[in-house]
Amino acid sequence: MILKINGRSYDVDIQPDMPVLWVLRDVLGLTGTKFGCGIAQCGACTIHVDGRAVRSCVLPAGGVGDAAITTIEAIGATPEGAKVQKAWLDREVVQCGYCQSGQIMSATALLVQTPKPTDPDIDAAMAGNICRCGTYVRIRAAIHEAAGA
Amino acid sequence: MTVHRRDLLRMAGLGAGGLVLGFTWPGLVPRRARAGDADVVGPAPTAFIRIGATGPVMLIMPDTECGQGIWTSAAMLIAEELEVGLDQVSLIPAPPDAKLYASPALGEQATGGSTSIIGDWTRLREAGARARIMLVQAAANQWQVAPASCRAAAGVVHHDASGRSTPYAQLADAAGALPVPGKVALKPQSAWTLIGTVQKRLDTPSKVNGSAVFGIDVQIPGMKIGTVAACPVLGGRLAGIDEAAARAVPGVRDVVRLDNAVAVIGDHFWAAKQGLQAANPRWDEGPNAQVNSAGLVAALAAATQHPGAVARDSGDAPGKIAGAATKLEAVYELPFLSHAPMEPINTTLHIRPDGADLWVGTQVPVRAQDAVAKEAGLKPEQVVVHNHMMGGAFGRRLDVDSIEQAAAIARTLAYPVKLIWTREEDITHDLFRPYYYDRMAAGLDADGRILGWTHRTGGSSVMARWLPAGMQGQLDPDAVEGATQTPYDLPAMKVEYVRHESPGVTTAWWRGVGPTHNVFVVEGFMDECAAAAGKDPIEYRRALLQKNPRALAVLNLAAEKSGWGEKLPAGVGRGVSVQYAFSSFLAHVLEVEVTPRGEIRLRRATVAIDCGQRVNPDTITAQIEGGLIFGLSMALYSDITHENGRVQQSNFNNYRMLRIDQAPRIEVHQIDSHEDPGGIGETGTAAASAALANAIYAATGKRLRRLPFGNGALQSS
Repeated sequence: MILKINGRSYDVDIQPDMPVLWVLRDVLGLTGTKFGCGIAQCGACTIHVDGRAVRSCVLPAGGVGDAAITTIEAIGATPEGAKVQKAWLDREVVQCGYCQSGQIMSATALLVQTPKPTDPDIDAAMAGNICRCGTYVRIRAAIHEAAGA
Repeated sequence: MTVHRRDLLRMAGLGAGGLVLGFTWPGLVPRRARAGDADVVGPAPTAFIRIGATGPVMLIMPDTECGQGIWTSAAMLIAEELEVGLDQVSLIPAPPDAKLYASPALGEQATGGSTSIIGDWTRLREAGARARIMLVQAAANQWQVAPASCRAAAGVVHHDASGRSTPYAQLADAAGALPVPGKVALKPQSAWTLIGTVQKRLDTPSKVNGSAVFGIDVQIPGMKIGTVAACPVLGGRLAGIDEAAARAVPGVRDVVRLDNAVAVIGDHFWAAKQGLQAANPRWDEGPNAQVNSAGLVAALAAATQHPGAVARDSGDAPGKIAGAATKLEAVYELPFLSHAPMEPINTTLHIRPDGADLWVGTQVPVRAQDAVAKEAGLKPEQVVVHNHMMGGAFGRRLDVDSIEQAAAIARTLAYPVKLIWTREEDITHDLFRPYYYDRMAAGLDADGRILGWTHRTGGSSVMARWLPAGMQGQLDPDAVEGATQTPYDLPAMKVEYVRHESPGVTTAWWRGVGPTHNVFVVEGFMDECAAAAGKDPIEYRRALLQKNPRALAVLNLAAEKSGWGEKLPAGVGRGVSVQYAFSSFLAHVLEVEVTPRGEIRLRRATVAIDCGQRVNPDTITAQIEGGLIFGLSMALYSDITHENGRVQQSNFNNYRMLRIDQAPRIEVHQIDSHEDPGGIGETGTAAASAALANAIYAATGKRLRRLPFGNGALQSS
């Protein structure tokens, strides 16, 4: 099976029902995408598929087809991703950091769709991403900052 | 002091010339990093600082980083006295070595209890100062000038009179041959350039681009990946599996049976998980198969009808209550809690006949090393611990049950194996914060003043399991922390602890430990006393804080900044709590709205904190913000229950977490304090639930005494 990931094509020998999360982490060694719940409840595994935020823990690799996958390792190469990463550091959002790959992927997808998000826009786009360290106040501030940059 | 340090040197197996200031670092992580290895460890300052002829200044972090920002703050303490910039240092985790790295506050090499800064405040600054003095002396010797005529700055020693300067790297060898100074003078506060200033965290750039390596991300050549199912009932045993079905799953490599668990190992996690499902394990559930929450709580409630170990008894509180004009009694209850850090439990191990490597994120590296050694039949020094940053810990990684289990599995395998628990395994096989059942009573005089106060708390003792030496007879001092020492001047107090262990449940430390439990109870009941007295909750507390200026100051600041006393819309209320916990003073005013349907909306939190001397003020704010969210999440939703011996919650769908759309605005106001530093990592969590209960009372007139509140408590009350 061919998967297009971060601008490269990978030929992977896997069962089609295998979630993309485990292809990334355990087959390709791209460990920036995190395992949190396995049932699309926490958002730690968020990636982009053709620019949309998707929970990779429940996305069968066989269903991706030709679509382009982008992960945290490459999101900084996009204008919105770079702005979000910078705002995350400027606002000192991160604590343990484990959820932040997913937070950044969700925030970047939001800014691509909605360049000047309101607080309700942020709520809608980010409520699927749990942060156990409780960095929500700063995530909101950082998204506004990235949107203004 | 010097003699003592030389003794330490000998104990560490370092002969003459073994000081390692001049040691050239071979790589980021020592392959073998234990006392006895002459190339790695030494006593302070070399235990914490390594300077080689090339490369950055290496700072060895005695505390583990689980998100709380301690690595940056600890580095600031060393760098302040060492006279290096934070851009000149590289940080590595301390190897397991209790002699060198035991927390002065905890007595063992552990990170917990909000004690890191308290323990590091002196030892790390002294380590930096000693190393700087040795480097300056080495330069002075080379130049044949007096050390006092030299100065150190940004990793360079200067002799301004002659215009000479030499970087630390070129002085390290000579400095390493000098005697370690004994007593050292530390910089006065007026000379600080780092401590007390806002500094960027050093660990975060790698956490925004996916390059940070947590334990779960470790990749070892030849490694396989496994997952585990343990008996869902504590104390039960594995009865049978369909091994052939498991092995038929593509990518499955091995199936390992333990007494109480089964592991399936594969080329990747997905194969292991599919294989475990196919294995369809059956269980002999054992003696706890009938355990259920109603029975556990009833037994605990019954146990607390009897007197407990006395933690404090001053002024005949029961007698004062008996004679009081107004008597109040209440029962407060707090449920079992799971930690649920975002990084699920995982352990990577390679056990060989002659040694083992452990890759993990742990708050207790020595316990982790010992656990593997015991399971593998090795000596501790044969087990190399590669400790990692943790995707949250919150007390969960103070235990090594999962590492013991991983070692029992890995010792049967010839290759390195990474064992990852599913989220379901992580929650159902967590070690839980105890269920607490607290009986409160107070007597008020005709003016509403408290004459006597009694607090009897009952629950499992974590201390008795985790650190038996910490018990004071039958008294678990953690269970009453925050109950015996309230901020208030109460004329008569009696505090008791009833130890009661529930069958089928193992209990553990959980963020905020004693204070997260007792601040909820004490501050909720204090609010009841204020209400019974007909007084404003803040006025009532102020009257009891006249002898406690630091507590009074944070209360007044929180009252002012929150706009306490303003008129609020219908359905909106503000609650307050005050605490002295982890050697820090905190006041919290929380504003909530309760909708007509009983939904609780968190609007705005205002916190005032006096944690003494501050190291990195932005980290203090971040820890209060995050700690509050953690505590509010718990107060609204967290409730581990049992039925037929099984934990009923299993993932974030039924063990809910607060999300961004539910988070309040948070303001943190810091007092500029020169007192000794206090703890901050758990302080905000301890402050969450009482203010919430009191705000709900203010909004609705309903007094909630049993956590959590957000799962329908207001609909049914």
